[in-house]
Amino acid sequence: MTTETAARAPKWRLWASKADIKATPYALVSPYFILFAVFGVFPMGYTLYASLHAWKLGGADPEYIGLDNYKFLLFEYDRFNWSVFNTLGMFIMATVPQLVVALMVANALNKRLRRPMLWRMLILAPIVTSVVAVGVIFARIWGQEYGMVNGFLELIGIDRIDWQAERWSSWIAISSMVDWRWMGYNALIFLAAMQTIPRNLYEAATVDGASPRQQFWQITVPQLKPVLIFTVFVSSVGGMTMFVEPMMFDSGRLLGGTDGQYQTTAMVLVDILRTHGNYGVSAAAGWLLFLVIGVVAAVNFLIVNRIQGNK
Amino acid sequence: MSTATAPRPTAAAPVKPPKPPRRPKKRRPVESGEGVYAPTVLTRLGLLAVAALSIFPLYWMIVIASTSTANAAGFPPALLPGPNLLEHLNQALTDPEANLLLGLRNSMIITGIVTFSVVLISTLGGFAFAKLKFRGSKVLMGTVLFSMMVPLQQLGIVPLYIVMVELQWLDTLQAVILPFLINGFGIFMMRQYVEQAVPDEIIEAARIDGASTIGIWWRIVLPALRPAMVVLALLTFMLNWNEFLWPFMVLSGENPTIQLAIRQLSTATWSADLSMIFTGTLISIIPIAILFVVFGRQIVSGIMEGSSK
Repeated sequence: MTTETAARAPKWRLWASKADIKATPYALVSPYFILFAVFGVFPMGYTLYASLHAWKLGGADPEYIGLDNYKFLLFEYDRFNWSVFNTLGMFIMATVPQLVVALMVANALNKRLRRPMLWRMLILAPIVTSVVAVGVIFARIWGQEYGMVNGFLELIGIDRIDWQAERWSSWIAISSMVDWRWMGYNALIFLAAMQTIPRNLYEAATVDGASPRQQFWQITVPQLKPVLIFTVFVSSVGGMTMFVEPMMFDSGRLLGGTDGQYQTTAMVLVDILRTHGNYGVSAAAGWLLFLVIGVVAAVNFLIVNRIQGNK
Repeated sequence: MSTATAPRPTAAAPVKPPKPPRRPKKRRPVESGEGVYAPTVLTRLGLLAVAALSIFPLYWMIVIASTSTANAAGFPPALLPGPNLLEHLNQALTDPEANLLLGLRNSMIITGIVTFSVVLISTLGGFAFAKLKFRGSKVLMGTVLFSMMVPLQQLGIVPLYIVMVELQWLDTLQAVILPFLINGFGIFMMRQYVEQAVPDEIIEAARIDGASTIGIWWRIVLPALRPAMVVLALLTFMLNWNEFLWPFMVLSGENPTIQLAIRQLSTATWSADLSMIFTGTLISIIPIAILFVVFGRQIVSGIMEGSSK
């Protein structure tokens, strides 16, 4: 029937429809790829170029200096290495408990609950708050003088803690912001994956006398491996680019406390770029951060990939 | 409330409570593991505690925003809302230095344009990748997936900032909008939905009737995609309303987004007033909170369905 219609159609229409079938797909995807080239690909290359040059806002033309910007960050500017350490530390403190709790919450949500949607929405509610708002609220919850946490500590006879002062204490406070905002989101992702696990696996295990707890570790967790890998990857990228939480914890400043004890790499990058206007060094910081994220993501993949079920 | 669950027969899993929480076109309707076991008391208590922790900071924000400044600081902290909410809202919105109204306006413009663009470009691309055959489509789709994984924002921030400086676009809204007009996840999501929702036969039939590709997109694909477009629009709106880093780079305090205005409000020396800060923060959350209350179901299922693909 197609050929019949085509044969009767005038020649130009045939040509037009051929052109339509051949060319239109490219027209449809082109907006994405044009914008991606301008705002995704070009910046990557341009960052590499900038990182190899001495180049400042309003300064002389860029001058090629090889890897000096990288050397400066790695061997002279102490804040950079410390920031990588801080970011890694806060990432681990924020991610590990968060994912464990999210798994448990997802498992609970996967039970036969009444009003499942209401529970899901309650758990997800923190996501409505912006990171800035989370920072504002939690900075007060962890405040030294009037903060709620210190108030409770005092009630049970523990001295008030200046949570901003030390590395470990500031990390706890900042991690709590990340945990609070993202736990529910991850729990829903785990829940979605749990719902696709074939029910007969559990039925067979029940027949074999496995307890719900055993079933959770032997069936649920191994079956969730792909989604765990995905979540850990996303959390790695998010955690290693942490910026707003520590900034708001220091009243919106970029230096991460009196001694940089919670300054993250993204904060160092922005500080160099905005406060000092140094294009070259901040571009180098961007590439180094990119490499660190790659390494962290790879290591996490290797760790999660070791999960195995013995069914 | 949930303690009186009568155990339902296990086989009745697809029978959902009154309003089905997911769209009818479930992918795996039979083998769903949902609700295998009844929750123990401990599970219920644990869930209740987690839900309370999720809500409490939001609730506390309203408490502080509505209570007098004197009550806001101090221990034990105020735990019940006070009478001053409307007064504080009025005060915060009209404070000339806080710039909240301008921030709300800017955020609305930016987020609105970005959301429209992401949804439009994603439906176009998603349709092409799902249903049209063209040379290089696999490679191009791979590029989209790759772009979803790579934190381009951190890497791109330096050169994009340089470009904005050179173009003298600092402190303009287009500088904030342009880099966010596309989203790889949107293309990915729309591709999945088109594959499910639009049968090949309909497209072929339309072609035989002489419809052009664009005509098929407009008359067949878009109507079928409406639910997915709502979900993508909601997620994009939330994401961009809450965006901070890039606006922070290119906008000044005189022309802020709402998030920048909140940061200013909470850090400026002239506003040591805790209840005022929390009122501003509350204002910044209200638009998203309304969306969440109205469309929470779609947001939840959007997150759940987007992830398991």
